[in-house]
Parts: sequence; structure tokens; C-alpha cells
Amino acid sequence: MFDTDELVINMGPQHPSTHGVLQVVLRLDGERVVDADVIMGYVHRGVEKLTENRDWTQIILLTDRLDYVASATSNLGYCETVEKLMEVEVPRRARYIRTILSELQRVASHCLWLGTHAMDIGAMTVFLYAFRERELVLDLFEEYCGARLTYNSMRIGGLPLDIPSGWDRKVRAFCDVMDSKIPEYEELLTNNRIWLERTRGIGVISGEDATALGLCGPPLRGSGVYRDVRKDEPYAAYDEFEFDVPLGTHGDTYDRYLIRLEEFRQSLHIIRQALDGLPEGPVMGKVPRLIKPKAGETYHAIESPKGELGYFIVSDGRATNPYRLRVRPPSFCNLQGLRPLIVGHLVADVVALIGTIDVVLGEVDR
Amino acid sequence: MIETLVIPLLKIAVLLNAVMISVAFMTLLERKVIAWAQSRLGPMRVGPYGVLQAIADPIKLMVKEDITPAKADKLMFTLAPILSLVPALVVFSVVPFGGDELFYITDLNVGLLFIVSVTSIGVYGIILAGWASNSKYPLLASLRASAQLISYEIAVTMTLVSVVLTAGTLSMVGIVEAQQDAGLWFGFVQPVAFVLVLIGGLAETNRAPFDLPEAEQELTGGFHTEYSGMRFALFFLAEYANLIVISAVVTVLFWGGWLRPFPNVDALAFLDLIPSWIWFFGKMFVFLYLFIWIRATFPRYRYDQLMRIGWKVLIPIALANIVVTGIVKVVL
Repeated sequence: MFDTDELVINMGPQHPSTHGVLQVVLRLDGERVVDADVIMGYVHRGVEKLTENRDWTQIILLTDRLDYVASATSNLGYCETVEKLMEVEVPRRARYIRTILSELQRVASHCLWLGTHAMDIGAMTVFLYAFRERELVLDLFEEYCGARLTYNSMRIGGLPLDIPSGWDRKVRAFCDVMDSKIPEYEELLTNNRIWLERTRGIGVISGEDATALGLCGPPLRGSGVYRDVRKDEPYAAYDEFEFDVPLGTHGDTYDRYLIRLEEFRQSLHIIRQALDGLPEGPVMGKVPRLIKPKAGETYHAIESPKGELGYFIVSDGRATNPYRLRVRPPSFCNLQGLRPLIVGHLVADVVALIGTIDVVLGEVDR
Repeated sequence: MIETLVIPLLKIAVLLNAVMISVAFMTLLERKVIAWAQSRLGPMRVGPYGVLQAIADPIKLMVKEDITPAKADKLMFTLAPILSLVPALVVFSVVPFGGDELFYITDLNVGLLFIVSVTSIGVYGIILAGWASNSKYPLLASLRASAQLISYEIAVTMTLVSVVLTAGTLSMVGIVEAQQDAGLWFGFVQPVAFVLVLIGGLAETNRAPFDLPEAEQELTGGFHTEYSGMRFALFFLAEYANLIVISAVVTVLFWGGWLRPFPNVDALAFLDLIPSWIWFFGKMFVFLYLFIWIRATFPRYRYDQLMRIGWKVLIPIALANIVVTGIVKVVL
């Protein structure tokens, strides 16, 4: 007479907390998730295919549209891969500025993550606070390259522009502001009982599982696995700076939150060092007019705010565009971990867990 | 005739309008306070400092299209918002806004019991709304609502018992008078009960951090996902009216209603120059502000955590509080 049935519910693609057009089909027993199906592809634009018909410089513009909340690091990854393929030497000043830009980008991206993640759990004030600081970073980017979201801020062989005069002073001032704002976020969340209850022990994943799933970035480090491309395979000028890689111990949502907050501080630390030691010189290396790498293939990865962002490029040496370009987007790989994370949790945790892996759908679907 | 019919009806008319208008401005207050907490300005366009936003919002909701989903249960779907608003308004009939008879509609000798029973009808509004929408998210929300509201109802009602024990009456006016006789607001006599009612009240009115049936980020608006236009507005009216009710009840039960501070200290008699209803609204405003402040500050609890707090923390404390109150009452 009485029988229970699973409730199948569509979370997304139109849902306030799926961070874009992610669709999660949940099978619920009461409020508990029995099974989940993660469906993506709603913003597939065929970026990888498009690159085969654009010349090497035009592709930088397309990489902006991958992880649109962190386009500077997308630019950097692509440019460095092509430089590696062409064996171009990038001037030291350019490498320093690239480091500053990508760390600023990390701060901006983490601000957006913190805001939306807290918002998903119901703390709406943190959202506005984090966006307030993100705005400052965007202002800095606007002053540097004129754009606030899709920067197109790098070129193969260096940078299109040197930094404007007085910009370094403003960056330094921003670092001080940001330093004083991080305690504000912490005050609202870190020791907040409700925040602790909502994040501690939620979405626990062990280091082995995280590695097996191919997670990267903060979700991987949250499980205590030491992997940071900035340290392991230094690029740009990271080998010249001191910084720590924060690691988690429990592998839960709270650890991932703490890690990203610590990354704020480490990023500011790197930016300050880079500003202190900013060398003089050109920002553009010696690159041929017509960029046409010789035949060959290469893979190069950088640490984007979301994790390991890699580019695999094949050049046939004849055309002025890549034969094949493949992106290894961190969000895509981290999304792999969503299903194991959410099964067994409640509906309310699903939004917290989508937030904690920090996906950007533009990068997932490409 | 005039005494028994006209004056009460006039009072009811005035009160209803006052409640509606204050609810409208309550939404404005909420938006403004939260905006200030979040270092922004809030509504600024409609009228000076956005004051007229409180009027623009209801007008907007009234002229919006009223949609009934094709598969909804039409009768229940219409009934639900009414069922949640009416009890919230009815409760105001026993709230004494001032010391004079002019400031309350009736002094029911079971006033507190009346409030508890009438407000619990409002729960049906939310449950029916979620069920009648015939949609999945609202259904989840209504399940949450029924569990949450009922369990917090118990905690709050049990807590109120200890207040009634202290006051020796169920009449709202009587409770205030008892505080006058005691020379002490019950908030100082029953601090535990005060905190419990405050928490339980938040949970019962679906306010953050207990706004699970709404849970915008999880359930996309919860029970009112399918509602639009005026029916949606009725839910909002009900929510804010309930908020005012809770503030008023807390003020009456724990903070002396319309009494000035230290009602028995003659040295402070000059405070009586301030009319009693201003004291009442002043105190009520403090709680309204507090509720908004809490909403701006805290994340949201999860459903199972909420139930755990209700059943494993609040109810045992409430029970212990009754026992302690009873013993103290007998001993003294």
C-alpha cells in the first residue's frame, strides 16, 4: 500500500546555484541524493575547432572565452605553450609582469568563488564584500589593458604593453587593501558555527580518490596532495619567488575554503615580491613577424586559479594556424569529482559542493 | 452599538491598514539595512533615498500577470496564500500596542494561546502552496516547511509555558501588567526563554538562517516558485506580517510591552512623558532590525541540522526551563 519512489529532479541548466548552465539530474530519496548525473555542453562553442582556422595570435582572443573569470591565466597558458613550441625567449620583465597579472587574476577569481560559494550557502553579505574587492582588481586590469573581463592581455613572446606609469603603486595599494579585507571574510565565515556545520565533513574526498579522479588545484590540495604547477614545473617567473602551497588535511569543503583563503595571502605575497624585484627592459621578446612554429607538438601546463590548465598543441609547420589545439581545462577535470562528492549528501549540500569545486562552464564546455 | 460595533470595526480597519503599510515599509527597511551591511546603497531611484520603493513594489506586484500553472490544484493554489496571510493578520487583534484600551482590539483572556494556535494555521498555507503547485522544488520546500514549522512550534509553545507560569496569566495585557507589578521585564527573569523564543520565532517565520522552505539557492524560491503577481505578494505580506508578530510577541512577553524601563522606579517617572505606544514600537523596531541584521550576517542551516537543533537542543532546554520555573515559583 505504501511504497516510496525516488524523486528525479533537474537542477539546472536554469538554476540560481549551478554557476552557469550546468545541469545536474538528481535522484532523491527524501532530500538525500541517491544518484546524480552531471550533464554539460550547454555553452559548447567549439573553441578548440575554431582555433584551427585562426592564426596563432588570434587564438589568444579565444582563450579569453575559456575561463572567463580568469582570462589572464588562460592567455598565459596558451602563450607559454606556443613559446615553448617555438623556443622563444621571453624577457624577464615580461615574465615578472605576467606573474603579477596571473596572481591578480587568481585573487579576482577566488573573490568570485568566495562570493558565490558563500552565497550558495546563504551568506549573502560575503558575496558583496568579495565582489567589492574583485572590482578593484578589474580596475587594475582595465588600466593595464583596457578590458575588464576578456583581457587579451598577452602576446606570444611577451606582452603587448608595458605597465602604465604608477600602476605598480596602485597594485601595491591594492595588496594592502586586500590584506585588510581578508579578515573581514574570515570574521563572517571561518569561525561561524553555521558555516562550520555546513562545510565541515561535507564532500570529503581522500587524496587517492582525488588523484584517481584527476582533480587539480584547490580541490586536490584540499585532500592533502602536494601538487602545484607553480612549484613543480615553474613557469613565468615563479621560480624566483618565495611562497607556500597550502594543503588541507580532511579533504572536506571547509579545508578547500581555508586553502583558497590562504591562496589569497600567498598571491599577495608573490605580487609584492614581483613588484619589489621588477626588472627593467623590454616586454616583448624577439618573435618573427609571421608566427609559424615548426612541425611538432607540445604540452604545457600552468596553475590557473581553478587548477592545472594545460594546452596541447600540434603544429604541422606549414600553416599559420595550429593543426590541433587541445585544452585541458581544470574545471572540466574537477567537475569529474562532482558526482562522487554529492552522492549521499542532501540537496542543500549539492549547491555547496558545486561551489566548492569552483567550476566555470565556459571552460568546461569550450 | 457604537461601543460594541463601530469602534472595534474602526480599530480593525486602522490596524489592518497600519499593518499593511508597515509591511510595505518593512520590505524597504530590509533592503536598506541589508544594503548598508553590504556596503551598498539599496533602492535609491524611487523617491528621495528610495522611500517610495515601498509603494512601487506592491503596485508592481499587483499589475503583474497572475499565473496558475496548468497542472496545479486550482482551489488549493488560490487558497494557500490567503491561508498564510489571514492568520498573520488575525493575530494582531490581541497584541496590545499601548497601555490604553485604545491600542488593542481586544484583551482576550487566553491571548497567548490564541496567538500560538492561529499562527500555526499559517503553516498550512506554505504546505498547501508547495503541494498544490504540483512542481518538484515547491514540493520539497513544503516537506521541509511542514517538518520545520511543526517542530519549532513545539519548542516555542513549550517555552511560552514558562513565561505563562511566571506571569500567571495568558492574557497579553495581563502579562505586561504582571511585569509592571514585578517591576522587572521578564527578559531578565527568563533570559533562556527569551533566547529560545527568538530562535524559534525566526524558524517559525522562515527567516534566515532558517529560511529553508524558501532557500533561494537550493530550491529556487521554494514554495512560492510557481507563484506570481498578487498571490506571490500575499506570501510576502504574510512573511513580514509574521515577522512583526514575532517582534511584537517578544516585546510583550519579555521586554515589558509598552512599559518604560524600570516601571517601578519613581526617579525615572519623566520617561512616562514618552507615550506608551512609542515605547512599544521602539522595542519592536529593535527586534525587527535584529532579524534583518541576522539575515545579512549568517549562512543558512541545513534541513537535518535545523531539525536537530529543534528536537535535541531547543525542546529539552524548554522543558528544563519549565521545570526550573515551576520549582522557583513554588519555593518563592
